[in-house]
Amino acid sequence: MALNRMFRTCPTTGLKFHEPAEALMKANAVAAVVSLLVGGVLALLVLLTRWPAVHLLPADWFYLVLTGHGVDMLVFWIIFFEMAVLYFCSSTLLNCRLATPKMAWAGFGLMVIGALMNNFAVFKGDSSVMFTSYAPMGAHPTFYLGLILFAVGALIGCFVFLGTLVVGKAEGTYNGSIPLVTFGALTACIIAVFTIAAGAIILIPTFLWSIGLVDHIDSLMYRTVFWAFGHSSQQINVSAHVAVWYAIAAIVFGAKPLSEKVSRFAFFLYILFLQLASAHHLLADPGLTSNWKIFNTSYAMYLAVLASMVHGLTVPGAIEVAQREKGFTKGLFEWLRKAPWGNPVFSGMFMSLIGFGFLGGISGVVLGTEQLNLIMHNTLYVPGHFHATVVVGTTLAFMSLTYFLIPVLFRRELMFPRLAQWQPYLFGLGMSAFALFMMGAGTLGVPRRHWDMTMAGNLMPHEWPGTAYLMVGLFAISGLVAVVGGAAYLLITVGSVFFGKCIETPGYQRVRIAEGRAAPAPAQPVAAAMTGHGNAGVGGMVAPGTFTLAMVLLVSFVLYYFVNWKYLSQVWPLR
Amino acid sequence: MSAIQSPPSRVWWKQPLDRLEGTWIILSLIWCLTMFFMMPYWHVFGKQNLANESYRTTPEAYARKAQEMVDKFTVRKETEQQIPVVRPPEGSDVYLIARLWQWWPLLELEEGKSYRLHLMSMDWLHGFSLQPENINVQVHPGYDHVLTVTPNRAGTYSIICNEYCGINHHTMSSKLYVVKK
Repeated sequence: MALNRMFRTCPTTGLKFHEPAEALMKANAVAAVVSLLVGGVLALLVLLTRWPAVHLLPADWFYLVLTGHGVDMLVFWIIFFEMAVLYFCSSTLLNCRLATPKMAWAGFGLMVIGALMNNFAVFKGDSSVMFTSYAPMGAHPTFYLGLILFAVGALIGCFVFLGTLVVGKAEGTYNGSIPLVTFGALTACIIAVFTIAAGAIILIPTFLWSIGLVDHIDSLMYRTVFWAFGHSSQQINVSAHVAVWYAIAAIVFGAKPLSEKVSRFAFFLYILFLQLASAHHLLADPGLTSNWKIFNTSYAMYLAVLASMVHGLTVPGAIEVAQREKGFTKGLFEWLRKAPWGNPVFSGMFMSLIGFGFLGGISGVVLGTEQLNLIMHNTLYVPGHFHATVVVGTTLAFMSLTYFLIPVLFRRELMFPRLAQWQPYLFGLGMSAFALFMMGAGTLGVPRRHWDMTMAGNLMPHEWPGTAYLMVGLFAISGLVAVVGGAAYLLITVGSVFFGKCIETPGYQRVRIAEGRAAPAPAQPVAAAMTGHGNAGVGGMVAPGTFTLAMVLLVSFVLYYFVNWKYLSQVWPLR
Repeated sequence: MSAIQSPPSRVWWKQPLDRLEGTWIILSLIWCLTMFFMMPYWHVFGKQNLANESYRTTPEAYARKAQEMVDKFTVRKETEQQIPVVRPPEGSDVYLIARLWQWWPLLELEEGKSYRLHLMSMDWLHGFSLQPENINVQVHPGYDHVLTVTPNRAGTYSIICNEYCGINHHTMSSKLYVVKK
C-alpha cells in the first residue's frame, strides 16, 4: 500500500501539515465543537434551574440535563479536542507523516458512535446517573457501552500518536529530542493510556452488571476504581493544556523554555504522581484508613502539585524573557503590560494560566487535604474547583488555540474579529467569577447536584442563610456571562470554518515529501545552548516579574490553606 | 528555538539551573512538605478527624440495631409521618439510617457529650451533610461507619443528603437536635 506523503506548508507559520493528519485534526476539532455546543446548551439549562430566582426545569429534567452536561463537556468536548492536539503535536510539530491514518479514522468513528450512543441513553431519560454513575445506582446499558466504545476509540488515537513518534524518529524528520510541547502531549498520552485502562476495569464490569451478567458491584470498590479513571482523565487535561500554554507562548512570542530540563522533569512528575488526585475523592469515605488517605493523596510530598507550580513559573517566565529580549525591560511588569492583550490567542491563554493557578490549583489542594475535605466534600465547592481547572484552565486554553488553528489549519480568516478580541474576557472572567462564587456557596454548605436549594415542600427543609442565596445568585449571573462568551466562541469558530473567507496563497499546493524531511536543521554546537538567557532580567533573576507573581501565588496559597484549617478547628470535634 | 521545536542542543539537560527556577523549586518543595506534615499533625493535635472505624454489614442487621435503639430511647414523635425522636444516653451507639429518600430516625443529643454515631445506607450512596456546621461524610451501603461526635453548641441542625441519589434526592433532609442539659 502506498503511503500518503503529501504535505502542505503553512505560508504564515512554516508548519508542515500531512494531508491525512490535517483531515483528522479538522474532524476531531469539529466533533469537539459540536459536543461543546450540546454541553453548552445543557449548561445554560442547569444554571437557570439552580438559580432559585428562575428555577426553570422540573427535577427529572434537571438531573437528566446535568448528566448530559457533565459527560458532553468533561468527556466528549475535551477528548475530541485532545485528539486533534495529539495529532498536531506529533505529525505537524515533528514534520512527520501520521502513522496509520486509517486506524486513526477507525478510532474517530468509534468515538463518534460512542458519544452518540451515550447521549442517546441520557436523553432517553433512564440514565440520569451523573457523569460519575456511582453503582449501585444503575443506568441503561447503552450509557456504559457508549463510554466504553468512546474510550476504545480514544485509545486507538493514543497509539496512533505513539506510532507517529516512532515514524518521526525512524525517518529522521527531526533532530535530537522531541520538542517540549510534543513531550507534554506524550505525557498526556501516557496518562491517557493508564486512564482508559482504569476506565475499562470499572466500566466493563458495570456494563455487565447493567445487563444482568454480574450480580453485585460494591459501592466503595466502584468509587475507588472509578476515580483512578475519573481524576486521572483530568491529569490528561492538565498535561495537554500546559503543553498548549507552552505552544502558545512559543507561537505568539517565540518564547523558548527557561530550561528544558526543569520543564520536562515537571511533566515527568505528572506521570509519576498521577494517582494523588484520584484518592482525593475518597477522603470522606468509610473503609479506607487515614494512613491510606494521607499517603495516597500526597505520597508524602505532593510532587504533582510541585510540578504544576513549576509550570506556573516557567510558562510566564519564558514569555517574560522573550519580551525582555524585545526591549520591554522597564520595571517588573512592562513585559506584561505591553503584551498583546487584544490577541485572543494570548489573552485566553494567560487568563487560563492565572485562573488555573489561583482558583483551580489552590482550591484543589485544599479540597484534597484529608481533614479539610470534611468541610467541603460534595458541596458546591467541588464543582467550583473543577470549573476553575477544567473550564478556565483546559477549555479556555483550547479556545485560545482554536484562534490560532482557524487560519493555520482550516485556512479561513477569522470572522467577527472584534468579538473574538472580547470572547476570552467574557468567558474567562465570567467563568472565574462563576467558580469563585460557587466555592463561596460551597463554603456555606450548599450541596452540589441538587435541584432546589429552597427545599420547598420538604418535610423538614433546611433554611440557608441569605449569603448562600447571594452566592448562588452571583454565580448564576457570572455563569450567564460565561455562557455568552461560550456562545461567542461557537459563533466565531463555526462561522469562520464554514463561512469564513478562504485564505488563498498563490502557487499553493501540497507537495510530496520523500523519505524524511528535506534537510533537518543542523544541531547547534553545545556551547551555544549553554549560555542560557544572556543578560536579561534584574537582580540575578531572568524573569523578576514572573517571580513576583509566583510569590503572590504562594502567599495566597499559604494564607488560604491555613484559613481553612481555622474554619475546620471550629466545627464539632470528631474522631 | 522555541518550545514547539526540538531543543537546539542534544545535551539540553546540561544547561545549568537558573536562579529563578532553583529558588522557586526549593520554596515550592518546602511548601509541599509543610502541607503533607499538616495532615499527620492534625491527627495528633487537631480535634476534627474522620474516624477510621467501619464495619461491613448488611442492611437488615443494621436496621435491626437501629430499631432496637428506637424502641429503647424514643422520647416523642414528630411530623405527620410520626418519625421517632430518639434521645440516646451519653457514649452510646447511635444509629442513623440513610435510605431513599429519608434520614431515620430523628436524633436528640446533649451539648458537650460524646456519642458513637453510626452511618450507613440501605440502598444507594448518600451524603451526610450536617448544616450549618458543614460536616460532610460519604455514606455507603454495606459499610457501617462509626464517628465519635461531640456536639459543642446547642441548637437545631439540619441533615441533608449531598450525594445525588435519584429523582427525589433534593427531598432528603432531616433535623438533628442538640439540647443543653
